[in-house]
Amino acid sequence: MPDHLFVGKSIPRTIEADKVTGKAVYINDLKRPGMLHGKILYSTHAHARIKHIDTSRAERLQGVRAVLTGQNIPDVRVGFIKDQTVLKKDVVRQFRDEVAAVAAISPEIAEEAVSLIQVEYEPIPAVFDPFEAMKEGAPLVHETDPRGRPLKSNILPLPWEFAVGDMEQARKEAAFTAKDDVSTTWVNQCCMGTSGCIAEFDQSNNLTLYDQTNVIFGHIGRISEYFERIGLAGKKIRVVNPVVGGSFGTKLDTDIYEFIAIQLALKTRKPVKILFDREEEFLALPPRQPAVFTIEQGCDREGRLIYRHCEAVLDNGAYTSWGATTPSVMIMPMSSLYRVPTVYFKATCVYTNNIYAQAMRGYGNPQATFAVETSMDSLAEAAGIDPAEFRLINRNRPGDETPMNLKITSCGLEECITAVKDKLQWDQKRGKHKGRGVGMASLIHVAGGARVTKSDGHGIMVKLDEFGHVDVIESGTDQGQGSPTVISQIIAEALGVHPEDVFLTFGDTALALWDAGTHASRHTFMAGNAALIVCAKAKRQILEMAVELVPKIVKGDLKRMKRKNPEFVEPDLDYGLIANPEDMDIRDRMIFPKKAPDHPYFKVPISEVLRNGLHVGIGESRVVVAEAFYDPPTEMLNREMKGNLSMTYAFGTTGVEVEVDEQTGEVKILKLVAAHDVGKAMNPTLLLGQVYGAGYTGVGYALTEEIKVRNGRVMNPSFRDYQMLTAMDVVPIEPVIVEPGDKDGPYGAKGVGEPGLVPTAPAIANAVYDAIGVRIRDLPITPEKILTALKERK
Amino acid sequence: MKKVSVSFTLNGDPVTAEVPATWTLLKTLREYFELTGAKEGCGVGECGACTVIVDGLAVNSCLYPIPEVEGRSVTTIEGVAAKDGTLHPIQKAFLENNGVQCGFCTSGMIMSAKALLDQNPNPSEDDIRRSISGNFCRCTGYVQIVESIDMAAKADQ
Repeated sequence: MPDHLFVGKSIPRTIEADKVTGKAVYINDLKRPGMLHGKILYSTHAHARIKHIDTSRAERLQGVRAVLTGQNIPDVRVGFIKDQTVLKKDVVRQFRDEVAAVAAISPEIAEEAVSLIQVEYEPIPAVFDPFEAMKEGAPLVHETDPRGRPLKSNILPLPWEFAVGDMEQARKEAAFTAKDDVSTTWVNQCCMGTSGCIAEFDQSNNLTLYDQTNVIFGHIGRISEYFERIGLAGKKIRVVNPVVGGSFGTKLDTDIYEFIAIQLALKTRKPVKILFDREEEFLALPPRQPAVFTIEQGCDREGRLIYRHCEAVLDNGAYTSWGATTPSVMIMPMSSLYRVPTVYFKATCVYTNNIYAQAMRGYGNPQATFAVETSMDSLAEAAGIDPAEFRLINRNRPGDETPMNLKITSCGLEECITAVKDKLQWDQKRGKHKGRGVGMASLIHVAGGARVTKSDGHGIMVKLDEFGHVDVIESGTDQGQGSPTVISQIIAEALGVHPEDVFLTFGDTALALWDAGTHASRHTFMAGNAALIVCAKAKRQILEMAVELVPKIVKGDLKRMKRKNPEFVEPDLDYGLIANPEDMDIRDRMIFPKKAPDHPYFKVPISEVLRNGLHVGIGESRVVVAEAFYDPPTEMLNREMKGNLSMTYAFGTTGVEVEVDEQTGEVKILKLVAAHDVGKAMNPTLLLGQVYGAGYTGVGYALTEEIKVRNGRVMNPSFRDYQMLTAMDVVPIEPVIVEPGDKDGPYGAKGVGEPGLVPTAPAIANAVYDAIGVRIRDLPITPEKILTALKERK
Repeated sequence: MKKVSVSFTLNGDPVTAEVPATWTLLKTLREYFELTGAKEGCGVGECGACTVIVDGLAVNSCLYPIPEVEGRSVTTIEGVAAKDGTLHPIQKAFLENNGVQCGFCTSGMIMSAKALLDQNPNPSEDDIRRSISGNFCRCTGYVQIVESIDMAAKADQ
């Protein structure tokens, strides 16, 4: 096979030129005729009974079209374990509880109407600490379960427990052990585009939802279920993405505001838009789940891990969204980052009257890897082994099967660790403890899909027109990750056209085949594999047409030549070269015989064949259209939380050199090396964008970002008070791309969207320890914590 | 609500807007002129997604009262490319070097970068970073944005 024309090349993002000219239409910009604007009234208590709601003044305000409370919409439960209603009728359990909603002719009037609603509350005791909430006699956040049965405890009935091997025996065998308490906090996804949607019903109550979700079909599933309970069973639901201003996990679940928009649209018979402002984004959107870990590991005299034991407590907040399932992802690093034969992991999710949590880039992996990798450093020290060497001893290797039954195929972890060592000059710089230090941490993550629902499928359809343009209806979504460019490269390569011939439609359930969602770093892998299948089908159709049409085209051409020039001598052509579809190929927009790629007559533009196939006599006209549905042979986790849920896994290592100012406690990152096994880079420039972006978010997670929640209330709901990194926070990132190629990946590719974030925080924590000799095990590593720890050390 | 009539130059054209006096420049651009390239990411001048250029200076249009625009010259992202659609070197560089991901901050980033390059065609990395220090981005870690602006500066020389 000759070199690839497009795959592996840094093709520019020209396909997204609308984003640099202001033409791209986000939910903020989208208007529908007659559209109303919805606003939500939130609770002013962390835990209270609603005594009375007076909406009369809001209803009387000119321009208001609907005022909804829990009293006048169906009392139907929604959410991951159906533990909340859309509007809260009797009890509020957190400050973000949605109590009422208004639709009006302008956002300003809706806002004013919301402020006119008066709610009388009777506060009831609240609980904000998950450990307090687990104690007997703690105030119950929910008095009953979703079926109305009385609850005795705040502990969620989610059995996150994983055990492999004989822990008692392993503990006896260990020559060295380390035990640490580690904790992480709430962080906000901080999409630059705030959340929003437009709900619109047609005359027959079919719903179109313009929505930013990255799980368009999951959305339909959840809304269908809701429809069944509110008397709209069987109605068609269409979810359409506008251009999406970032996702990072926020759009995985169907949020309450989306159900509210649906209810307001139903009530008013008009399209209703709800658009969050930035404060709402901090107050009313589920962020990353915080967790507290107690982790213990042991190794033998040679430094080989013998066991890992970890118990985690997760503050679930008042309700349950995907945050409560982060332990299913935590099990992956807990059981499978490095070779460790005996593993125990248990996670307990506890209701509190705090805000509840959702997914964020990396899911539970950044939290769990922070625990595992800071503990790895402790254990290396206890064993007297260099932390890099300790990681190399225990590294995963190709062909391994982990205690969780993950089948490791390609694995470039050794190259990643070694690259980080080299680039940081690890051996010279480590262990000086003079305010400067180096640290590293690695990661494992799903990189070939993630079977978290029964189907992990991904659909794709292509059709070609008579000009050689390829329309692709992609079942995934584009939230800015670069898929339009990367998928157009893959399609162009596989079909033999150019990327600029490829036109993609993302995120429309009415057009696309099913997809499990653009999450879990799965899009390039899944869409790429689906693209290979669909392109093979379409190509076959084109070549079948070519077998028939190329001889006709050539003979027609020869005839014309002869007519023009009677002296033209017709060549003696071997039509056997193009007798079968298998004998031909397509590349660079040209169809040609494999045995004579530059044949002067048989090399024909793809568009000419397509045109000749379409514009022919009655009953013979043909078009090229194909579909593919790729669902890889992976496994869902079983009851023991085991299963090979991805076709392949990403590995990587982040190393950092820091300088810590012992007077101010400030941490400066002098260098950050991010080495990633990506299988094969489809577009190196775009891939680096994922590594840089995730790395930066990881640095924020490590050092600055924290939603401060005090007694259930978010205290810093603005960019001024929530410390996201700016362009002035220079992090010199040096990426290292390791490309072992993956046998199951499209052209060898693996997923890379989330990995860069995962090991960053523990690498920084380990470097801080190397610099000043104190370990900060609770994120973020603020100057205050460093100064306090230094004081304690003295 | 009391309306004001404000005349100014918008992307090279003389315009007059009749809008409530309390409106901001951002709201006027988006609602009155239907120029939705400038985005509201926070509404309080912290994120920079609404950045436009007024008389040569990059400003947060979400904070800029519309009466203050009288007689001034405003350039928005829609006015950056040539009239025939040819992209400005900064726009090209953002596409070529992956300076854009989700794109929500991009309009503001490009306007801040343009204000810089119009004043200082040969900026240092620090100049570039300062020029976009009020523009937040969650996707890119700023690395390829800074590179894109640098690339555009060099392409223009």
